[in-house]
Amino acid sequence: MHNRRNILAGAGAAALLAGSLAEGRAQPKKIKTLKAVVHADLKIVDPVWTTAYITQRHANLVYDTLFALNAKFEPKPQMVESYTLSPDGLKYTFTLRPGLVFHDNQPVRPVDCIASIKRWSARDPMGQLLATFITEMAVVDDRTFSMTLKEPYGLVLDSLGKATSPPYIMPERLANTPPNEQVTDPTGSGPFMFKKDEWRPGNRAVYLRHPGYVPRSEPPDYLSGGKIAKLDRLEWIYIPDNNTVLSALQAGEIDYFEAPPLDFIGMLKGSPDISVLNIDSLGVQGLIRPNTLHPPFDKYEGRQALLHLIDQAEYMGAVVGDASLYMPFCGAYFLCNSDNETAVGSEPLRKPDYAKAKALLAQAGYVPGQKIVVLQPTDRPQYNAATTVLISGLRKAGVTVDVQSADWSTITSRRTRRDPPDKGGWNLFITTHGGPDTSMPVSNVWFNSKCERANPGWACDPELEKLISAWAREPDRAKRHAGIEEIQRRAYVSVPYVPFGQFFQPVAFRKNVTGVLAAGQPVYWNIDKS
Amino acid sequence: MLRIVLRRLGATIPVMLVVAVVVFLMLHLSAGDPAAIIAGDNATEEDIALLRKSLGLDRPLAEQFVQWIWQLAQGDLGVSIFNRVPVATMIAQRMEPTIALTVLTMTLAVSLAVPLGVLAAWRVGTWVDHTIMALAVAAFSCPVFLIGYALVQQFARTWKVLPVQGYTPLSEGLVPFLLHLALPAISLGLIYTALLARMTRSTMLEVLGEDYIRTARAKGLGVRQVLLQHGLRNAAVPIVTTIGLGIALLIGGVVVAESVFAIPGIGRLTVEALQQRDYPVIQGVILVSSLAYVLVNLLIDLSYLLLDPRIRY
Repeated sequence: MHNRRNILAGAGAAALLAGSLAEGRAQPKKIKTLKAVVHADLKIVDPVWTTAYITQRHANLVYDTLFALNAKFEPKPQMVESYTLSPDGLKYTFTLRPGLVFHDNQPVRPVDCIASIKRWSARDPMGQLLATFITEMAVVDDRTFSMTLKEPYGLVLDSLGKATSPPYIMPERLANTPPNEQVTDPTGSGPFMFKKDEWRPGNRAVYLRHPGYVPRSEPPDYLSGGKIAKLDRLEWIYIPDNNTVLSALQAGEIDYFEAPPLDFIGMLKGSPDISVLNIDSLGVQGLIRPNTLHPPFDKYEGRQALLHLIDQAEYMGAVVGDASLYMPFCGAYFLCNSDNETAVGSEPLRKPDYAKAKALLAQAGYVPGQKIVVLQPTDRPQYNAATTVLISGLRKAGVTVDVQSADWSTITSRRTRRDPPDKGGWNLFITTHGGPDTSMPVSNVWFNSKCERANPGWACDPELEKLISAWAREPDRAKRHAGIEEIQRRAYVSVPYVPFGQFFQPVAFRKNVTGVLAAGQPVYWNIDKS
Repeated sequence: MLRIVLRRLGATIPVMLVVAVVVFLMLHLSAGDPAAIIAGDNATEEDIALLRKSLGLDRPLAEQFVQWIWQLAQGDLGVSIFNRVPVATMIAQRMEPTIALTVLTMTLAVSLAVPLGVLAAWRVGTWVDHTIMALAVAAFSCPVFLIGYALVQQFARTWKVLPVQGYTPLSEGLVPFLLHLALPAISLGLIYTALLARMTRSTMLEVLGEDYIRTARAKGLGVRQVLLQHGLRNAAVPIVTTIGLGIALLIGGVVVAESVFAIPGIGRLTVEALQQRDYPVIQGVILVSSLAYVLVNLLIDLSYLLLDPRIRY
């Protein structure tokens, strides 16, 4: 289509061409570039140092993993060509695929994998758990290494292939960096190379196809299979204003919008040049986190009372709006649509019962007039909307609510305080989480009920932890599934958190972009642009 | 002149020291913990504590302050807590778009506002004056984001003659550089045009009532000479002051315009650093912005000497 901008651009290009010819220079070969607007600014490039989603997505481009999940959430070999498990279930032997090289063209060696696993297991909760079972990791030959366990453990491969924060394989020289120190050298093993000299924090991150990457031969399947980089260059752009992103996408200035606000989806679906795709069958779970250190939520009854305040449709209406983007009801702690979905124990969550909530709060020692401190984030629209619904529900149950508003950064700091609510502490706040990690008891960090070692809120239920531990030791996947019901039944007694709904975040892209994968998160291999 | 410049530059040192102390204390005593933000939701308290230690944020405040001042004295603004990039590099990267936007905005504003203000003063009370002032009030009353969205809708989405967003450095060509800055410069420029036009008009009205203007007219000088040589020159001091303050404000960062047009400038850097509690970046940006403010004010003061020989320091 001819328009005035094309004419202006054409004039500019002609001027540049004339200049180049005058200087006797050849024009560079046209490269295939995808411009994607990402959900957050990439600030940190070390996926062990932070669990920020944007850094994990950066890591998916730059690093490869030993195993990766398929669409059934089963761990499948990725960098690993084959593996064996000894009959006693104590020794794994992994053989790497031939020809794997890092971005500096050095071969990927078993010693790199061992060092990467060690660094990761010092920080990641599932890695920490795995480390308690490992007695030794040793190099067998130039493509093989072994992992010896002190007792059989059912989640070795699930840990190595977890969807978020898996052990990304980096060169040994980088993986030997202490886990609390940031790695700033982005030399990786993945299908794209990070172009550090073009990185402009707050604006742009650039990736180039890694010509030495050897993809698997299988077709891509969720996060597993062949990671074929069809783009020469990928530009991640950070634009804080969503209206600007929408205009830029419609004008064709950008190709891919990673996290369009949910209230834009209807408009985007109606646009002839734009496709909208839900790439995440699991979606996002909203949760209310009670502080178990202070009354009335230090008692089971106090936390159970919260279950009776919930009308998930009301929460989802406020947070999402478009009914096609959320589940009408989901009582599964480990997400609906997941391998571990069950509705067991979720009856109190199905329909609000304010009288019952009031009675349970009284049993927990709540005295009318006692202030319940709710932290309300002002700069996160979804959290803010859900908190407003929560406040309304608490008031209907006769609770005196002390709403303390702040930006999310302040709340992430405030929520770590253990002081009583009237001395700088808190009673309730809202957050979200999602993906395959949420769908397993050992990697769902807000489900962790290890008291002092649990996330803020300090959920504490040794009985629940005992059930989780037994579940994790079970090597048979089918038997593990049965254990989930017992775990969830117990969770609805001690209530580490209250799930208030499950919703989906689609991506939007221009119609000349093809091969977008439903991998649970935006990934950029297999994507092509015409 | 040189003595004045040196004396004024010397006076900036205590100002900058006060700014440094206030900024440091306000940041470190306010709520928020960069270690908790970096560690993310999956981190345990133990992880956060270890991270805080590795970042040196667990040390006594006085020790952190002394170290920062010592670094400053050596010309080192430190490194970002998050990406370990030197703060000076980050500011330099963000300063170019901000300065470019400032220059274009003020060029546009001055070239429109001064003639309009002079014209309105010359035609005071007529429809010309009323029209110019009505437009000025309208432009001044519109928020930048509203003007920005309206311009994007018309120029970028309907007519498709200008890009929606982004910034292209001058080194990549004058045409894309100007195309990308056109809409943000117009959005901001309209407001500064309105402000300057009103200031020019009111100052000119005051000057045009002076005896020396009547004398100039009585001598038979033409309109152009009376307005520009005798009128505008004598009205220049407050106009230049307003222009200078405008430049200082723009250099300090124009968050809304930078956000609406996705320009990676100083304003967005400041907001992002504040949201993340990236202390070295916030401290560096505020110091540099304060320095820019002081220097622009110095230039304004020096310009007075040229514009009005009666002024002495």
